[in-house]
Amino acid sequence: MSSQMSKSLYVTRVSRASSVAMVVGALIALTLIAAPWWAGRAEMRLMAEIFLYISLASLWNLLAGYAGLVSVGQQAYVGLGGYALFGLTMLGGVPPVPAIAVTGVLGALIAMPVALLIFRLRGAYFAIGTWVVAEVFRLTAAQISALGGGSGTSLSPAIIKSLADGRDAREALTYWLALGLCLVVIGAVVVFLRSRAGLALTAIRDNELASKSLGINIWRTKFFVYVITGGLTALTGALISLQKIRISPDAAFSTNDWTAFVIFIVVIGGIGTIEGPIIGTLIFFALRQTLADLGTIYLIILGALAIGIMLRAPKGLWGLVRERFGIELFPLSRRVRGQDD
Amino acid sequence: MTPILELSEVTKSFGAVTVADAQSWSLAPGEALGVLGPNGAGKTSMFNLVTGTLSADGGTIRYDGHDITNWSAARRCRAGIARSFQVPQPFSGMTVFENTLVAATQGANLSGAQADALCLEVLDRTGLLGRANTLAGGLTLLDRKRLELARALCARPKVLLLDEIAGGLTENECKSLIETIKQIRETGVSIVWIEHVVHALLAVVDRLIVIDFGKLIAQGAPDEIMQSQEVREIYLGIEGDA
Repeated sequence: MSSQMSKSLYVTRVSRASSVAMVVGALIALTLIAAPWWAGRAEMRLMAEIFLYISLASLWNLLAGYAGLVSVGQQAYVGLGGYALFGLTMLGGVPPVPAIAVTGVLGALIAMPVALLIFRLRGAYFAIGTWVVAEVFRLTAAQISALGGGSGTSLSPAIIKSLADGRDAREALTYWLALGLCLVVIGAVVVFLRSRAGLALTAIRDNELASKSLGINIWRTKFFVYVITGGLTALTGALISLQKIRISPDAAFSTNDWTAFVIFIVVIGGIGTIEGPIIGTLIFFALRQTLADLGTIYLIILGALAIGIMLRAPKGLWGLVRERFGIELFPLSRRVRGQDD
Repeated sequence: MTPILELSEVTKSFGAVTVADAQSWSLAPGEALGVLGPNGAGKTSMFNLVTGTLSADGGTIRYDGHDITNWSAARRCRAGIARSFQVPQPFSGMTVFENTLVAATQGANLSGAQADALCLEVLDRTGLLGRANTLAGGLTLLDRKRLELARALCARPKVLLLDEIAGGLTENECKSLIETIKQIRETGVSIVWIEHVVHALLAVVDRLIVIDFGKLIAQGAPDEIMQSQEVREIYLGIEGDA
């Protein structure tokens, strides 16, 4: 090809699939925003829970799937967010909604020294280190007698009532907060991955040796991702505890609920893609709603499914779709096109 | 003339194995330097030391007037040292264009249309424009090697380190590569080229150095080096093919 040809080319990220997905996504978002007018209380609670899991899974995916930071201790930030919300509202007298915003900042601030500590560890030791940090957080929370110590506490009725007038309004507010956070997390991940820093992070995902040889500061990029993820995970934790109204160290720092299930979601959906955590969450909840009555067998089925997918489709279900049809719902990839295309 | 790159007594060992044994050599601005040596001689390790993916046990590395011995690999690249890898290291899940864009945005610190234009121009020059939208993980070995060169060029280097980039190429592909590297030289880029395809190396370089067991055993004009008995012994059998 001649150099003239390279000048007649341009770069775009929009594809037909992403254009359609944006329109459909906007319609779905509008429908979900209007849920308080068409859905029952139980459906709204379930949907809010789904949104919060999508947030957790998207954040863990950014951490593990892109930055290669396989943390098994993100429950540290879920619990931290929950305890910070309860502490700020019950002990500090801060109104719940501003307190939720503060939990995000607090999560990011605490993630900084934690990162300085655990970034000294590599691979499996890093994973174990994150777990140890989460346990330290859990044990520390159990020492706070003002928040119920080891047995936990509940939000006072006065704080709950201060959220909004009437139960329906409160249910709608907690639902919108969960939906809003989910949209903000997905939006933030998309905007970040489209940025120059996001391109660097995607490069790190694929090859660290080549990344540092091409000018990428790997430590700084990972630090940034860990801190932002810590902040947003704490925010998610605050909303989880607001939805539950009650908090205890074992529930707020649960490895199963906030890390094992999240890893399952990302693995079956497709690690290292934005679509994977969303699809994984929907599958997880479909399984939970239909099989949870089976008790332990339900957990065995989840484990078997995760192992099967890891063996047969290591890139998850979305990875299979992407490989087969080349579809990308979020406009991330840059494509070179001719002026005539 | 002040060298753009200068190694003084650079040493690196892994246990009992010494991959750089008090190596000292320099590269003048705009010069093309060839590196010869048998497999396992420490040539790639020397590149790793220069680019910062390995840290030296002793000695100093100076680049463009600065002591860069303790600089990180990323900082060295942003300062103008770029390399290709002997075993290609593509960003497999990214397209060919995006691979080069990483170098343009991070290594060369370009953004937007400027970065896009550089990548398209380099892909055109290296024969990869037609594969711009292909995932790098799906490329053939030849195209992966081309991508190594394209990516290094998109970092806009002052010093380009090429590691066995002609290996496995057909005669015509090799000729085309030689032309490309000559064009790169004409832009003022200094080149250090490790290569076993000796005739390709001799078509481009001004000077040769020979490394064996991590030690610099000879350096000088290509004709002089190729006539050296020591080098003939090392390349016994290969010289005839060249």
